[in-house]
Amino acid sequence: MVTVTVNVNGEPRTASVPPETTLLRLLREQFNLTGAKLGCDVGDCGACTVMVDGKSVNSCLMLAGQADGRDVLTIEGLATLERLHPLQEAFEQLGSLQCGFCGPGILMSAKALLDENPDPSEQDIRDALAGNLCRCTGYIKMIEAIQGVARADGARPAPKSA
Amino acid sequence: MADSHPTLREIGRSLPRLESRAKVNGSVEYIHNLRLPGMLHGKIHRSAIAHGRIVRIDAGAALAVEGVHAVVTAEDVLGICPNPYYGPAFHDQPILALGKVRHVGEPVAIVLAADPHIAEEAADLVSVEYEPLEAVFDEVAAAAPGAPVSHDELRPAGTFTDLKHLAGRKGTNVALETRVRRGDADAGFARADRVFEHTFRTGKVMHAAFEPMVSLAELHGADGLTIHTASQSPSFVRSEIGRLLGWPENRVRVRTAFLGGGFGAKLYIKLEAMVAVCALLVRRPVRIALTMDEQFYTITKHGATVRIKTGVTSDGRMTSRKVETYWNGGAYADIGPRVTQKSGFTAAGPYDIESVALDNYAVYTNDPPAGALRGFGISQLVWAYERQADLIARALGIDPLEFRRRNALRSGGTHATGTTVYGMEVDAVLDRLAERMAWHRPFDRGAGTIRRGRGLAIGVKACVSPTTSTAAVHVHGDGSCAIHCSTVDMGQASDTTLAQMAAEVLGLPTTAIRLIRPDTDVTPYDMATLGSRSTFHMGNAVVRAAEDVRDQLLRIAAAALRVDLAELECRDQAIVSRGGARLTFGDAMRARFAMQAGTLVGVGSYTPHYTKPDGETGQSPDITPFWMLGGAGAEIAVDCETGRIEVTKLVNVADVGRAINPASVERQLTSAAIMQLGFTLFEEMVFSDGQVLNASLADYKIPGLLDLPRDLTGSFVEVPHRDGPFGAKGVGETGVFSPAPAIANALYDAVGITIFEMPLTPERVLRALRESENRPLEKD
Repeated sequence: MVTVTVNVNGEPRTASVPPETTLLRLLREQFNLTGAKLGCDVGDCGACTVMVDGKSVNSCLMLAGQADGRDVLTIEGLATLERLHPLQEAFEQLGSLQCGFCGPGILMSAKALLDENPDPSEQDIRDALAGNLCRCTGYIKMIEAIQGVARADGARPAPKSA
Repeated sequence: MADSHPTLREIGRSLPRLESRAKVNGSVEYIHNLRLPGMLHGKIHRSAIAHGRIVRIDAGAALAVEGVHAVVTAEDVLGICPNPYYGPAFHDQPILALGKVRHVGEPVAIVLAADPHIAEEAADLVSVEYEPLEAVFDEVAAAAPGAPVSHDELRPAGTFTDLKHLAGRKGTNVALETRVRRGDADAGFARADRVFEHTFRTGKVMHAAFEPMVSLAELHGADGLTIHTASQSPSFVRSEIGRLLGWPENRVRVRTAFLGGGFGAKLYIKLEAMVAVCALLVRRPVRIALTMDEQFYTITKHGATVRIKTGVTSDGRMTSRKVETYWNGGAYADIGPRVTQKSGFTAAGPYDIESVALDNYAVYTNDPPAGALRGFGISQLVWAYERQADLIARALGIDPLEFRRRNALRSGGTHATGTTVYGMEVDAVLDRLAERMAWHRPFDRGAGTIRRGRGLAIGVKACVSPTTSTAAVHVHGDGSCAIHCSTVDMGQASDTTLAQMAAEVLGLPTTAIRLIRPDTDVTPYDMATLGSRSTFHMGNAVVRAAEDVRDQLLRIAAAALRVDLAELECRDQAIVSRGGARLTFGDAMRARFAMQAGTLVGVGSYTPHYTKPDGETGQSPDITPFWMLGGAGAEIAVDCETGRIEVTKLVNVADVGRAINPASVERQLTSAAIMQLGFTLFEEMVFSDGQVLNASLADYKIPGLLDLPRDLTGSFVEVPHRDGPFGAKGVGETGVFSPAPAIANALYDAVGITIFEMPLTPERVLRALRESENRPLEKD
């Protein structure tokens, strides 16, 4: 067993897990954060995407031990109690998700993109989210939502990353 | 009909889906997330061969692994379930392989452990000795006399009366053959000016729903079993589990949550019988969740071989058509016989053809089982008849759009089955396609090694019939409302669509209506969420239930307000009279129950009219409640050096009756287009001796953001249907019918090659190109 302490959504959380435990299973099974989804479990689909130290990561491909001492942001930490993240608002308004299973991963990849590049072109968005598959939606409304948030943010000072 | 609803408030609005907040914050409920106290995880040991007798199963090594609770085989299953064969059309699929295996990946044993990793490790240690038998994978070869036979005899389920005559039939892989006969097709060919004959194929593809299949079972004392399952058909699961166990349905509870996609994969029985039997054996809750890879061995779309022969006059009128289709059903029938018949009878397309002969064969092979996949067999047929339509049009020098207009089957015409067609807006769909494609304007055909082309296609489906939906609308003591129904929202926005209908009837905002998740203990029967039937069937049931409870409220209000019933209506969140009196629903409940208490229940049920087709001729005056018509247009660029097709523009147009939620309808059309784009260009399960060589999303590519056409749109035409709720028809599948032949027609337009088999991979395109230039590529 290894003991892992991860700063999850701004709060330190500790668990003792077998060394082969992935970050995804640590989040879902130890911390009951079930927003990140187990789709393929081998890094093909992106449904498990979270942010580790500000970068988007397939949490099914990272061992829990590798996340020790690092900052992890999951979909549960994207909104505050008072308000949704602008990406979540835009996805809701445009109906960007259908079954929603890929949604938390897509939203985290989108956040990682906007944190790094507040004014992405459509091609930037396509490239950045190419590792997040979706079987339902056809993606169009996701691109529109991300573009909309980027444009709206362009009019304001760049937001601080969570 | 449009005029009969002059004041629609909730219908026709592009409202966000009711559960959208929970979806964007990651909290929406999926069965995927469910854990039960004390539960065991089951991992499946699967057959490594395509066809063979089981000589011996040795579970010793698996049982010896520390932490393994039990290893379950067919022998254990028989103790719970003496006749362990299930299926919606045939009772042919054993819960675990019994005596023999019929496809690679067939479940043979289940290892149960509290730790899923231990169960997985031990599942590999189960050792099975087989006596291999000859296998057959090609659907045409499997249907021929002398082919190795998988099932000793046919076992129709009995639920479908037209299959009963097949009981006990031996020595064949043909599970069902169906026919349609109208006029004399051979005489028609003799009279035709030209006769065209082609054979088209489609390979096997997979749903790839992102929430892999998952089911859990738990016992409640001696008298009950609850199955939590990501299922599109909770009512069917209840009745089938009841039948398997010999229990009345009321002892089986089946509940679902939101589904992470379905597309037809999560219908009928998948894991539910396994978890039920395991839970009964070990008396603990049991969860089985498939990996993405295992889904490739669980259910697929039908591969098909379509032989199509068409006679035409020199001025481009189709006069005679014969279509012979072999459906590769895999090792177990699942719903394949229904795909064969219900889609097979549309194989002549949306065309008015004097003489038609259609033959369809549901064929057992040793591939994994095939079932429903968004479109229920239609896209395989459209691939054939719309490719051929272009080949005919070009041979005759007729514009492909004009050729379709000349032959279109319109409302008032007679379908090949003898049914008089109603609600088939071919002209409107073709007009919209022509407009969106700028069909009559000049088109840039590219130059050098990049050549451009464009194509279009139309396809039709008859909604499956007869089926029943029942709904209840409850009004609680405070006046708030909930819909109880078993329609499963798997991303298609059925919750929101149905809530809009109830809200319209009750004069409430859609957001005030709550949908109760399907749970057979509390939500009434529904045949299943499939075949684009929910908006129409459950929509009608919900409207009737809402009208029932509204009428109860109005009667209460009439008494309370002392006004005539005819003076009252539900609007603006209340019951209002012409004279201006107003009673909220909560007031009405207090008037009825003397305090904030009680429940009013409105009930509605819907079964459309239907006449069973004649067994010999397939003729019926009333074959379907509604026709679904979809057209697509594509513009592509072909790289002649690599064979790669880039779809630059893709337009999907559907005849939807009325769009209850226009944004949802549009999204269904564009998303269906992308799914079909994958099937058209690159998705294909590659087999070797029944083994899937690319059973992962790494090797079996589904469309990603980089595959998206730059110009992708969905568009619909609205002519309200007389029987639809507010005129609506189903739309979930319509967008998959036509993109594939539209793209292939564009390929022909660009470079003059015809590929008869989907998908249009770069290799196939390049080979065909090089052959057309008389410098063929070497074979591997």
